[in-house]
Amino acid sequence: MIESGLRELAAALAARRISSVELTTLFLDRIGRLNPDINAFVTVDPEKSLKMAAAADARIAAGAAGPLTGVPIAQKDIFCAEGWTTTCGSRMLANFVSPYDATVIRKMHGEAGLVSLGKTNMDEFAMGSSNETSFFGPVKNPWDRTRVPGGSSGGSAAAVAAHLAPAATGTDTGGSIRQPAALCNLTGLKPTYGVVSRYGMIAFASSLDQAGPMARSAEDCALLLNAMAGFDPRDSTSLERPAEDYTSDLDKPLAGLRIGLPREFFAGSGCAPGVMAAVQEAIREYERLGASAVEVSLPNSHLSVPAYYVIAPAEASSNLSRFDGVRYGHRAADYGSLDEMYARTRAEGFGAEVKRRILIGTYVLSHGYYDAYYLQAQRIRRLIADDFAAAFRSCDVILGPTSPSTAFRLGEKAADPVQMYLSDIYTIAVNLAGLPGMSIPCGFADGLPVGLQLIGNYFAETRLLNVAHRYQQATGWHRQAPAGVA
Amino acid sequence: MSISLEQVQRVAHLARIAINESEALATQSSLNGIFTLIEQMQAVDTTGVEPMAHAQDVAQRLREDAVSEADRRAAFQAVAPEAEAGLYLVPKVIE
Repeated sequence: MIESGLRELAAALAARRISSVELTTLFLDRIGRLNPDINAFVTVDPEKSLKMAAAADARIAAGAAGPLTGVPIAQKDIFCAEGWTTTCGSRMLANFVSPYDATVIRKMHGEAGLVSLGKTNMDEFAMGSSNETSFFGPVKNPWDRTRVPGGSSGGSAAAVAAHLAPAATGTDTGGSIRQPAALCNLTGLKPTYGVVSRYGMIAFASSLDQAGPMARSAEDCALLLNAMAGFDPRDSTSLERPAEDYTSDLDKPLAGLRIGLPREFFAGSGCAPGVMAAVQEAIREYERLGASAVEVSLPNSHLSVPAYYVIAPAEASSNLSRFDGVRYGHRAADYGSLDEMYARTRAEGFGAEVKRRILIGTYVLSHGYYDAYYLQAQRIRRLIADDFAAAFRSCDVILGPTSPSTAFRLGEKAADPVQMYLSDIYTIAVNLAGLPGMSIPCGFADGLPVGLQLIGNYFAETRLLNVAHRYQQATGWHRQAPAGVA
Repeated sequence: MSISLEQVQRVAHLARIAINESEALATQSSLNGIFTLIEQMQAVDTTGVEPMAHAQDVAQRLREDAVSEADRRAAFQAVAPEAEAGLYLVPKVIE
């Protein structure tokens, strides 16, 4: 049962071969046994989960079930969920019990009837690529417990990889769904900006943040995205589009598909040879499936990391100004004036990486630097988006590595922010342009998973999921599980 | 360019983050590393390129000026560090 995909689990529930309470108990038991070492979950509340499962069972019995009713999943701790502690991986919110539900939470639990197994660990305020900036400690990669699971959705990735949950939610501002999916042998999708509501999803960089599914297969991601996506009047950047069934084209043949290979992703020595070898083999597999490869160019892609580290911190410095010890979260114990209360609260509540990014953001937005940094970064953002538009004139999807390396060791990059930032070199441009991107398992290098990145044009989620699904039918990489999680 | 210790302290003040001398020195060194990366942008001539603030080129949606939410003040203030009679309490700012 623990290896099953969402469709099989839903079918077993619908046929009453298992109840949601039994299934939820099965995963809660595994969490109780394996989580103390892996640290994928920061909050587990069996009483709440089982209550949700019992409600789902009643709904199934009443014949009112949706396609995923009763299926348990894990939620990244960036989503506000009423009555659940919602920490965003920070000391600042360690005591915050949310009084309301994020739209994603309401849709998944309220409408679809999914059951929450708990809240997963993450880099503090989603700022990190290794899950090491969490106030609640690092997460171990189930494939090698001396290594990171990636970040910022590292807890969600480790939970699914270790079979503590069949699927999970993530969020992706610069690669935070795709990079941990790559490092943990999962399938993860960052949708087009505006497809999934950001209401109640704690903001990091509002023009880049987007939530999406993390699971073992493209089919599971499609099913989960059906439950997550949709217009939300409560998010001013949510797009008013007709609802889509993301599973509708999964089986469509790939004959005639044009795959764009960006010259800049394949040239030079930036990518580990074992990663590149697995990606090259995936291209050959796609050719066997009827696709043809064409070379494309993203000439400004090398500027994506510099531009991102202006834009994302600038937006973060504004978004995180709300954490001031007044309305919620941590407040310092000792202070005199109001200003001192703010400054001590924020010094105590935020960790080093979050402070670093707030300071960068404050600096680039300050008088005299705005044009040279912030506006220049926004102009480069335009060049990057234009590069993608030009590339999509000659191809249907863009393919390349997700991450330049496999999972690195815990602590290996923790002292060098720039090295850490460069682990998102292939994913960041996609967020700047607002495009949908996926990572799917495509093999192993020295026993560690390698992720293949697929990038689509705006609103091409259904096509991307189809391209991923056909590959997964022809290969078995996504079905590989780490040893020692049974 | 490089960021001076005074600039680090000034920015920390603007961001309302208390910082001591040794933290400021460590921050100065890490920020200078990050700005070396960011400076790569300056080599590009972007004259005439329209800044892109957002991924979707759409106008901000408007809604009717009508009450849409219930009053949940008590629930929202229950999570505040200090609240009383519907007010958030902070140190005195006016003598």
